[in-house]
Amino acid sequence: MSATVGILVVSHSPKVAEGAVDMVRQMVGDEVACTGVGGDPAGGLGTDAAKILAGIESVWSEAGVALLVDLGGAEMNSEMAILMLDEARRGRVRIAAAPVVEGAVIAATEASAGSTLDEVVAAAEEWR
Amino acid sequence: MSNTLVLRLIEGMAGTIESHADQLTRLDQAIGDGDHGINMARGFKELAAQKAAIAALPLGEALKKAGMTLVMKVGGASGPLYGTLFIDMGKATPEAAPTLADLSVMLDAGIRGVKARGKAEVGMKTMLDVLCPVADTLRSLVDQNETDGLDERIIAAAGHALHRTTDMVAKRGRASFLGERSKGHLDPGACSSALLIGAVVGVLAPSSAR
Repeated sequence: MSATVGILVVSHSPKVAEGAVDMVRQMVGDEVACTGVGGDPAGGLGTDAAKILAGIESVWSEAGVALLVDLGGAEMNSEMAILMLDEARRGRVRIAAAPVVEGAVIAATEASAGSTLDEVVAAAEEWR
Repeated sequence: MSNTLVLRLIEGMAGTIESHADQLTRLDQAIGDGDHGINMARGFKELAAQKAAIAALPLGEALKKAGMTLVMKVGGASGPLYGTLFIDMGKATPEAAPTLADLSVMLDAGIRGVKARGKAEVGMKTMLDVLCPVADTLRSLVDQNETDGLDERIIAAAGHALHRTTDMVAKRGRASFLGERSKGHLDPGACSSALLIGAVVGVLAPSSAR
């Protein structure tokens, strides 16, 4: 498969998400689809399943999408967003158990080498 | 379950959450991130705004739509947790009007979903510490066919369970970062669960409303 795994950063703070994506752009480049979402449905700090779903769709790749999430609700809202995808796509989105900023850079680096979704997630999770 | 009853359930839950939003927020400011009341009020306000469309659906579909509305509007961790409770109850809803035994099965299914979503069990100072004792009480009363005064016993079970969260040490959510310091406070999620159970019982069995 020639497509590159997409990366989505999910943080309670839109600024943290945006900053993590800036670091990916600087350190990895633009060849990997990477974006960030943050903020609750009312615009405060928090996470929003609808925004996460739109984020997954915006970086969608046939190779799949790896999510880097911060605390608590970010993971649960990401799980809800994944459940809202159609069945064919659902299995190609994974949440990496890794720190958001470091994980995003490592995952994007791995993705840029043309690695599979499992390899991208494993690389982010193994970093320390 | 009639269309009117679903409308009244939504109104009852939304009204209770709105009138207790400040209390929930104060509890959450003590050990959480301080937004539980605001988030819940936003979600249940949206539920009330959509009550006519939701009540027009068969009960199972109505519960799923209500759950999805909460996921989309509550945010935080409560959105996916309460959303999953409603959605999974909806999936376990029979086509015919549910009996008390059906209601018990539905609640158990919702709770299984919440446990999986939150990777949580009883005793972790969460909403499960109210929902599980209530579901256990309902199941045992239905099994023994002791349905007289069931409403009052459900309310009592929820109240006792809520107060037991005060002495618990939080193992999930922002409160868990406090460790032992999370003791001495009611859990905000357990409190909103007890309020919602009170609201539901108040609609289904108005004599016990308080």
